[in-house]
Amino acid sequence: MISDAGLTEAGLPPDGRGRVLLIACGALAQEIVALKAANGWDHLDLTCLPANLHLWPEKITAAVIEAVGKHRRDYDSIHVVYADCGTGGQLAEACARLGVALIPGPHCYAFFEGNDRFAAHAESEITAFYLTDFLVRQFDAFVWRPMGFDRHPSLVPMMFGNYEKLVYLAQTEDAALDAKAADCAARLGLRYERRFTGYGDLAAELARL
Amino acid sequence: MADEDDIILSELDDEELVQQMHDDLYDGLKEEIEEAVNILIARGWTPYDVLTKALVAGMTVVGNDFRDGILFVPEVLLAANAMKGGMAILKPLLAETGAPRMGKMVIGTVKGDIHDIGKNLVAMMMEGAGFEVVDIGINNPVENYLDALAREEADILGMSALLTTTMPYMKVVIDTLKEKGIRDDYIVLVGGAPLNEEFGRAIGADAYCRDAAVTVEMAKAMVARKHNQMGA
Repeated sequence: MISDAGLTEAGLPPDGRGRVLLIACGALAQEIVALKAANGWDHLDLTCLPANLHLWPEKITAAVIEAVGKHRRDYDSIHVVYADCGTGGQLAEACARLGVALIPGPHCYAFFEGNDRFAAHAESEITAFYLTDFLVRQFDAFVWRPMGFDRHPSLVPMMFGNYEKLVYLAQTEDAALDAKAADCAARLGLRYERRFTGYGDLAAELARL
Repeated sequence: MADEDDIILSELDDEELVQQMHDDLYDGLKEEIEEAVNILIARGWTPYDVLTKALVAGMTVVGNDFRDGILFVPEVLLAANAMKGGMAILKPLLAETGAPRMGKMVIGTVKGDIHDIGKNLVAMMMEGAGFEVVDIGINNPVENYLDALAREEADILGMSALLTTTMPYMKVVIDTLKEKGIRDDYIVLVGGAPLNEEFGRAIGADAYCRDAAVTVEMAKAMVARKHNQMGA
């Protein structure tokens, strides 16, 4: 099992096996590893950039460009397993320029739920804050500490006052994660809702490679 | 009983007190800021001088350190909260003493977006710079902007968005202003984390503003330019 903390801070190097390299966000590593194992996709190799790049979305595109440059000679093809992730289209432009594929969608939680399904309720759920399995496990590293809530709890209503509910989009059936997600909602002062998504569009996208 | 190291604000001279206020703003100490504002007013400072020399100058340091990656959002929010405490004391006094008015701004977060931290910072810094600010809140459809601009006879429209999915709505608002033939009646400033200068130009805004301090400088320069054009 790859450590979630390691995926958040440092990412994951490729193991050198497989013809197709996936350059993914560390937040997706566990799911991609699970899909690879379940489907016997041995032609896929995986390297991950640190998930905490999402705290500075403006750095994601440059990091992906660097990773593509570093690895492209060693593989038949490269696929970037990110969504737009707050880059404002810059990541899609860079991938097109580099001739590598990118998973469509605004965020990973959108393609876990299914981009079409997510888009259908996007307007009616603008006050929802989404977590995935990884984000529930890494809630403190991704939300609580970077937002300063551990040192200044008074900031919670200042930053989350306009949100109404926390929606946990669950990739796996895990009662402990469900309970943790409910606790995250309580800490943020939000209503809690859980939706099981499985791997959504991610599984379909990887199956095509 | 105070610790030996505690600073007694009322015992500091004006210069030391203003410097201490800059430090306290930086550290987000709201109660200390409120106390210091009251001390300066009691010493005969004009509310305008307290606002500009103590609060705005202190927040400018905070803004610069945020821009340079030294401070992060939580620290800026705490500083803003402290400044808000000082502003609450000064606001009624400023109204009484007739501080200079720079112009009027309508500001709001666009439709589909509920994020207002940046917008609130801009509104506060614009008020601190002498602008009258009408904050229409979050999730605003184009009608809200149009109604507020007309009702308030504003000079400036400020639009904010945090999401790449909502920032295109700024163009909807600007295009509607154009359709109605009123685009040039207003200075349109846009901001938000995923925006950049290129986006601001592409949608027809007058300027993209990277942060609250830049917004204030941009607004001042553009209002002055507009007045000069009108006077020419």
